[in-house]
Amino acid sequence: MGMTITQKILADHAGRKEVYPGDLITAKIDLAMANDVTAPLAIKILENHNLNGVFDSEKIALVLSHFVPAKDIKSAQQAKLVRDFARKHNIKWFFEEGEGIEHALLPEKGIVVPGDLVVGADSHTCTYGGIGAFATGVGSTDIAYAIATGEIWLRVPESMKFIFYGKAKPWVTGKDFILHVIGEIGVDGALYKAMEFEGEAIKNLSVEQRLTITNMAIEAGGKSGIIAPDEKTLEYVKNRSNREIKIYHSDPDAEYHSVYEWNANSLEPLVAWPYLPSNVHTVGESSHIKIDQAFIGSCTNGRIEDLRLAGAVFKAALKRGKKVHPYVRCIVIPASKEVYQQALREGLIDVFLEAGCVVSTPTCGPCLGGHMGVLAEGEKCISTSNRNFPGRMGHPKSESYLANPAVVAASAILGRIAHPEEVVKAQDLVRT
Amino acid sequence: MKTVIRGRVWKFGDNVDTDQIIPARYLNTSDPHELAKHVMEDSEHPDFAYKHREGDIIVAGKNFGSGSSREHAPIAIKYAGVPVVVAKSFARIFFRNAINTGLPIVEAPEAVEEIRHGDEIEVNLEKGIVTNLSTGKEFKATSFPEELQKILKAGGLMEYAKSKLKGSVSE
Repeated sequence: MGMTITQKILADHAGRKEVYPGDLITAKIDLAMANDVTAPLAIKILENHNLNGVFDSEKIALVLSHFVPAKDIKSAQQAKLVRDFARKHNIKWFFEEGEGIEHALLPEKGIVVPGDLVVGADSHTCTYGGIGAFATGVGSTDIAYAIATGEIWLRVPESMKFIFYGKAKPWVTGKDFILHVIGEIGVDGALYKAMEFEGEAIKNLSVEQRLTITNMAIEAGGKSGIIAPDEKTLEYVKNRSNREIKIYHSDPDAEYHSVYEWNANSLEPLVAWPYLPSNVHTVGESSHIKIDQAFIGSCTNGRIEDLRLAGAVFKAALKRGKKVHPYVRCIVIPASKEVYQQALREGLIDVFLEAGCVVSTPTCGPCLGGHMGVLAEGEKCISTSNRNFPGRMGHPKSESYLANPAVVAASAILGRIAHPEEVVKAQDLVRT
Repeated sequence: MKTVIRGRVWKFGDNVDTDQIIPARYLNTSDPHELAKHVMEDSEHPDFAYKHREGDIIVAGKNFGSGSSREHAPIAIKYAGVPVVVAKSFARIFFRNAINTGLPIVEAPEAVEEIRHGDEIEVNLEKGIVTNLSTGKEFKATSFPEELQKILKAGGLMEYAKSKLKGSVSE
């Protein structure tokens, strides 16, 4: 019987010829990652168990991303703990505050390549599947174990296949593909499973947009999301890594738990209403919702292409003398320093500032209600991030709506949830 | 670890995510007692942390613990004195984290359907049986794979790791 790309990667890393769903394996990892929220716990666990070594200082990434630059004394202590550990163990992939969010950084710096097996103490570790790696989120104990041993226990998941045919309309992005999937199968529709995406419309997407899709596999309960590497993937990786790459593809006779097929042409820009990412509606159905805040950033949609999309909407608005609505705060946070610098070079940061946005140092910040844009009671925020749970971005009675960067930019300008075409083409329908 | 647990039920719905279990605003610490003070604060029972009694049991719907990978969630529950969580299903990272940190979890969809807020229940971890003492009804729980039971029996993942790593562990 054939194997899926996921089975093949897991088999190779477990030193086996083949593995099948349900098998419990111990696999060798190519990278263990943790951040300033999850690493402190892992470090304490290692200390409590007198485990004083790391399995390989070149295969560990520690990223200060969530509450940095330190938002309070406790966060400063947590960051310091991670920093000290990284220095003591000479961790090669330690990233200081402001370098970026791990899920933007690791693919961008070529630290993760296709065919890798990556575990990360952050649920959005599944992002790296966008370049054809097996990557999954785990907790701090798992990461402590991985840092000490270089291994992880895994149950080989069943795979679900999602095929998108045809060509997507303008303003329909990777974010809308994945919101559509989550809307169809639900927030536990892929529980414990690997989500494999393929088809002409996926091939047409840039690597960055593919990373947005796999980033949100966890929002359907998935163990991982994966897109088989193609020419675009290899082109993306080529200039970033010198490592030898092993390319895996699913066999034609591989078995799937289920197969879903859609025509991408039928997709519209979508908005996930509170309090679940599966609660999706079209922008049209959402246009009565007035917003207090708009957030463009996060590991889901904080890459350069996302900023270009938002920038295009703001540029069109500025041309006609429109700026961010006076009742809205718009926060733009590039997901990494490289993205920030590229946006500067392209003049995008000027556009954002001119349009009335605030722009900040790379951080996860407002996505998880951490800092840099926490919501008050009753406030509504449209966000390019990944979760809209109760209290996710601030007060338990605040509301988050998830959408793509162009929709968020258009909404920031009109003060209500809006389609980019309302700003870029038609006359304004500013709320009164 | 006690294998027969009795307690009063706090009932929760589906998709209780980790932001409800321990909101991110408290993640600037990993002190378990500090985390326990805020457990379930953004859930449908925001007063859980100060109204529950030690030994009370959380019973919830499907996909309990969805969302982030924060191990702070099972830790907060454990240190709040909750001896076991019974749910229709668990999100996978929470499932791993609970096993790895030694918080007993039981998947028993039929039991959850029947159990009401405030009921007294008994959970037999060894036999995999949940009994509603308020109604006398008994339900079978889904059992863990043998390999995971080994980790549980070793006392959690790190104990298991230590036995594997004998050579590199300084005692």
